[in-house]
Amino acid sequence: MLLVKRLALPTLISLVGVALLGLLIYGVTHQAASRTLDEARAHGQDPVAPQATRKLPVLSGDAAVSSDSLAAYRGKVVVLNFWASWCEPCQLEAPLLERAQSQLERHDGTVLGVTYLDASPDSLSFVRHYHLTYPNLRDNSGTFAHSYGTDQLPESFVIDRYGRIVAISRGEIDQAFVDHAIALAESA
Amino acid sequence: MSLPTVSLRRPLALLSASIALIGAACAPTNASATVARTSLPVIERQVMCVTCKIPLNVAESPQADRERAFIQGLIEEGETEAQIKRALVNQYGPTVLGLPSTHGFDLAAYLVPLVMVLALLAALILLLPRWRRRARAQAALEAPTPRALDATDAARLEADLARFD
Repeated sequence: MLLVKRLALPTLISLVGVALLGLLIYGVTHQAASRTLDEARAHGQDPVAPQATRKLPVLSGDAAVSSDSLAAYRGKVVVLNFWASWCEPCQLEAPLLERAQSQLERHDGTVLGVTYLDASPDSLSFVRHYHLTYPNLRDNSGTFAHSYGTDQLPESFVIDRYGRIVAISRGEIDQAFVDHAIALAESA
Repeated sequence: MSLPTVSLRRPLALLSASIALIGAACAPTNASATVARTSLPVIERQVMCVTCKIPLNVAESPQADRERAFIQGLIEEGETEAQIKRALVNQYGPTVLGLPSTHGFDLAAYLVPLVMVLALLAALILLLPRWRRRARAQAALEAPTPRALDATDAARLEADLARFD
């Protein structure tokens, strides 16, 4: 009985220590960006684009900001592109995306830009500088980007007319990625 | 003409004291209006550089400079600290504040310290009386027991006490 009493406190302290360690390990392993979409694509699946109905503010200089969602583009082939004005690869791929937009538009498709961790005045000057004509939204909470596992910029997703992700590019896109989206828009 | 009576001097003194008090009460109001204005270093210490993931006051990057320029612009417009923080969150998202969110796993950042403090308090409440009891018992064991007086000393004590009667 005395031994149990003597061991109670050290055991309790050890349990608390183990619990804190477990919490730390869980936190570290679960803070990394989700790769669920990539895994689904790797298994040949076309996962549904997450948070499609989430309303995001439209990137504009107007005080009265309207909002839009990915779901509003259902029925179109969408190249969803996460970007920020400070991101150098985003600057490099902007002209390519604008050229893709002119081709996609002809086949009822679009590029849809989403800014992430970027101040709207900076994003707007980026849009003006690269003469971007495609719509852009602002993910000002980061929730939309996180649901796509976005933790670096740029990242792009090709979404088919049914709202399913058919291609993922984590990093700067190339002509082949754009061609894939255009071919998809043309085929429908 | 001198002031006629004491009865008039007293109200005058009270009036001047009241004016002085009112003046003193107004002074902190003006001071607090000055305090509400903030500065770049004050905000820099409390926000993050969103791309470098370090506090803005130690960040050196083009994005950090953009954030500083954004903050400076708001300061020059006369925005308060709270308004500037709100504007930063609106532009860069809640991560700019560098605080854990209040939902999901991040909630642990707030709950764990609280639980730890409560557990420590509970442990102290349970253990302190036990430690005090133990300390008292130990002190009682170690205290020197009073030595009984021998016959000579007892007689002398009796004699001394009798002298005071």
